[in-house]
Order: sequence, then C-alpha cells, then structure tokens
Amino acid sequence: MVAAPDTLTEGSSLRVAEVSKHFPTPDNSTGSTHALDGVSLSIAAGELVSLVGPSGCGKSTLLRLIAGLDSPDSGELWVGTEPITAPSAERGLVFQDPNLFPWLTVRGNIEAGLVARGLLHEKRDDVDELMRLVGLQTFAKAYPHHLSGGMAQRVALARALINHPKVLLLDEPLGALDAFTRMRMQDEVLRLWKARGTTMFLVTHDIDEAIYMSDRIVIMTQRPGRIERTIAVNLPRPRQRNSSEFLSLRSEILELLHFAGNTVRESALGCV
Amino acid sequence: MNTSSVQIKQPAPMSMTAEPSGRAVTALPRPGSGLRARTLLAVPAGALIALAVHLVVSKSEPPVDTRNYSIFLGIVLGASVMMAAVQPLWPGLRRWMAHMCPIFAAAVLLLGCWEVITSGFRLLPLPYFPSPAGVLQSLINDRALLFDSTWHSLLLLLSGYALGVIIALITGICIGWFPYARYWGMPLLKVVGPIPATAWVPLAMVLSPSGTFSAVGLVALAVWFPVSMLTISGIANTRASYLDVARTLGAGQRYLIFHVAIPAAMPSIFIGLFMGLGTSFLTLIVAETVGVKSGLGWYVSWAQGWAEYGKVYAALVIMAAFFSTIMTALFKLRDRVLAWQKGVIKW
Repeated sequence: MVAAPDTLTEGSSLRVAEVSKHFPTPDNSTGSTHALDGVSLSIAAGELVSLVGPSGCGKSTLLRLIAGLDSPDSGELWVGTEPITAPSAERGLVFQDPNLFPWLTVRGNIEAGLVARGLLHEKRDDVDELMRLVGLQTFAKAYPHHLSGGMAQRVALARALINHPKVLLLDEPLGALDAFTRMRMQDEVLRLWKARGTTMFLVTHDIDEAIYMSDRIVIMTQRPGRIERTIAVNLPRPRQRNSSEFLSLRSEILELLHFAGNTVRESALGCV
Repeated sequence: MNTSSVQIKQPAPMSMTAEPSGRAVTALPRPGSGLRARTLLAVPAGALIALAVHLVVSKSEPPVDTRNYSIFLGIVLGASVMMAAVQPLWPGLRRWMAHMCPIFAAAVLLLGCWEVITSGFRLLPLPYFPSPAGVLQSLINDRALLFDSTWHSLLLLLSGYALGVIIALITGICIGWFPYARYWGMPLLKVVGPIPATAWVPLAMVLSPSGTFSAVGLVALAVWFPVSMLTISGIANTRASYLDVARTLGAGQRYLIFHVAIPAAMPSIFIGLFMGLGTSFLTLIVAETVGVKSGLGWYVSWAQGWAEYGKVYAALVIMAAFFSTIMTALFKLRDRVLAWQKGVIKW
C-alpha cells in the first residue's frame, strides 16, 4: 500500500487520532457546525493520499488542522513523533488560489520560505534547482499577475517545496485550472512527489484526479465530517485514465458516494 | 491543369489588394501632416500672439517695468520655434509635443489674456491685480528673498513631513497589527486625529520654545493622522491567506509584519502619504503665516502688508512650482515602490 519512491524519502508519516472540530454558527450563538467528528487517519512516510468528499464536509478544516493553522476541539495530530501545535515549515500548504505575494517576483516568492527562516544565504542554490524543477527559470523576474493560472500554481508548489517539507498539504490545488492544464499539472505534481519523496495529502473534488494520482483515497461524508471509507489504488504508474481498472474504480467510488445518502449523492454528481 | 489555375489565380488577388493599399498610402499622410503642422505651429503661434499683445499693451508703460517680460516671451517664442525645428529629427520629442502642445499653447495664450484684462483694458483694480509683466518683475527684483523663503519652507516641510510619516508608520503598524495597541490607540486616534492641525496653533505657540519648532510639530501632526489611519486599514486588511501561507513557510512575527503585512498595506499607505502631503502644504503655509518669520507663507502675508501684490503673485507662482514638484517626486517614488501593481490596477 505504501508506494515509497525508489530514490529518496524526505517525507514523514502523519497521524490524525479521533479529531473533532466545531465552529460556532454566525447567526445563532447556541448552535454550532460539527465540522469534524472523530476523524482518524494514518498516512505513511512518502505516501500520496487523496481526500474526496462533498463540499463542506470538513476537508479544508482537516487540512488547516494538520497545517497547524487551527487547533482541534479534541483529538491529536502527529507528524512522525512530533505532535502538531503550531504552523511550521515542515508542513507546506498549497491552496486552490495560488496566493502568491503580488509584491514579490517569481524568484522572490520561491525564496520567501528561506527568507522567513533566515537561510537565504546558505540555500540560494536550492532556489535555482527548484526553479529548474518546475520549469520557471525564464520567469524569475516576472511578477505573479503576469503568470497564467498553471504557472502561478507551479510557483506556489515551488514556494511550498523550498523548505523541504515532510508533509505537503494540497487543498484543491488544481481545482481552478482548465482540464488540459490540470492533467499536465497532475503529472507535474507526481514528478515532484517522486523526486522528493514528500508525503502528500491532497484534497480534491475530482475523482479522476484522486484515482490518477494517489496511493489511497479517503472518502468523507458531511455534517458531521466523518471518514466513510478508504480505498487503495493498486494500479501501476503512469496510470491510464481510460483503462478498465481505472474506470471500474471510478464507478466503485461513485457508487459509494451514491449509497452514502441523498445530499451526498447530489453534490457528488455535481462535481463529477 | 492544377498548376496553371493556381498561376492564374495568384496575380489577381495581388492586384486587387495592391490598389487599395496604394491609395491608402497616398491618402494617409494628409491627416497626419495636418496634425503635425498643428503640433509644430500651435505653441509658436500662441507665443507670437502673446508677444504682440504685450508689445501693443506696454507701449504706454515705462520700458524698465516691461522689458523683462518681453525678453521672457521672446525666450518662449524662441524655444517653441526651436522645438518645432528639432521635432522632425527627434521622434520622442515629437510624440511628447503632439500630446502636450494644446496645453502649452493654451498656457501662453492665457498669459496674453491676463495681460489684455489687466494692463490692456484695466478691467481689474490695479494694486490687487498686476499684469504678468509686473509679476515677473517682482519675481526678478525680489529673487534673493524669494529663494531664501522657498528654502526655509522646503526645510520646514520636509522635516515636518518626515517626522509625521515616521511617527504615523510606527503608530499605524502597531495599531494595525497588535490588538492591545488597537484597543488603546484607536480611540485616541479617532478623537484627536480629526482636529485640524491648524487648530493647535495657539497651543503650539505657548508650548514650544521657537516658532520653527512648533511649525515642524504642526506639519508633523497634520501628516500623522491620514498616514496612520490608512496604514492601520492597510495592515488590518492584509489577506488572511497571505498570512496563513507565510506561517506554513516558517514565518515568525517579524516576517509576518515586515514581509507580508507592510508590503500588502503599501498601496493604502501611499494613499495616506498623498493625503498627508496635501494637509502638510496647508499647515505649512498657515504655520508660517502666524508663527515663523520666514518661508513662503510668511512672505505672502508680508508682501500683502506692504500692498505689493506683484510679490504676492510671484510667491504664489513659486508655491505652485514648489508643491507640484514635491507631489511629482512622491508620485515617482510610488511608481518605484509599487511597480508590482502595474497591470493589476488602473493608475
């Protein structure tokens, strides 16, 4: 199940144990939204796991908890043997909106993590290497608003990878791209994953993307956010998007989402 | 068969397209050359009219008072003729003049109108509304004192502005970033800030050891409110996702403030800087008029006291040049600092 890359593994394992999170509803002080309800999850070092589920099922909340940007009401989160208490350079985060700093050039954005940790002078070569890896050398001096969506997302990936994170959290990173760019970028992310051996946790709406990329697929239901099932994808890479195994896995997941209830069925159909 | 048909077909479209394009080539330069003639001749013609008006109007006046203005208009005429002569060889100047010549011509003609109204038909009461020749004469006669006044105003303005901006940035960043500073600072800012700086003049005169000192303080106060207000709003409106991203990149408090919040607030801060510059001009002139015994504000009220309105206008001309130069310098600074915004927003 753990498809560790042959080259190197700089990733770390990730463990989420019985994590719950409520949010107060804005209009009503007594009620609250049960965003996550006893979610447990374990990801091995160097594994690529996808999280699929309808909108509002707490996927992004779970990712923010792992990033350390929010803290859970109950339960624990661990990276390797370290408990997660605050954001750290060990856990990179890439959003659907690239969120590049518009006042910095492409190079400046990629360097940001090094500047923040005061390591720019020692690790300047890393920046060049990473820019080559994502194919952005010629755009070093461009400002973010000159970039296309795909390129901006590549910069965001490079910016997150500059710190050599043990875990890379991807919150629908390719959701805003057109279908062709998205498929190219899926290969790009897989290439980076293989080159670095980073543990990746990918939130996505796109079932095909989840099957194409991940070792395992975690399926969540909404309100309260719970893990419905975990499906292993035992297909050799590079995967054929139209192979019979691929398609049967796809219909299996769709069916699973159908049986999970009415609301889930509608939103699942909406995003396929 | 095939090749011959192709051969026959090819020349036909070529001749069809050649004819209209040939016509277009001969037709196009006409409006173009008309535009160029207007560009070339507008300013020299305007200068010539102004000079003619001046020569006719000033016949009755002593030559000592009007000779300098004749020379000035002569220089304007000469310069405009020279620019017209150089334009065919210098595309950059041509483009610039094509854009600017209506404004230059209008400015020169306006001088002519001013002269007709004042010296020509004497439509306005004299000591209060001198002719352009009189203003130029005052400017030349009193140049030493005017230069000295401008210098003092510049020193006062820059020191007051710099002091105000530094304090405003510190208060703005603290209040915008730290909730505790916001709790205590915001009410103070909201209550004290809106009082116009000039209203503090009586207190400033009592409190400060010298007029210059109080004037610097007043200008700083005038700058402080708008700059700190807009710094606060810029810092507080930093996109939360930028801060989240920076945190996951290993950023500490210092990086978040200096590398995320402040750059994100820069566009807002610059709006504050422009507003502050406007209020600082106003406060500078008031402070010089009532307190300090130097500077352009003082010069205007002093000249008014002697009913020398030529000097008043001369000082106003200098103020216009002085303030707009400083404003332009701030625009240039913004263009440099906010170069990353180019293409994001309409300037």
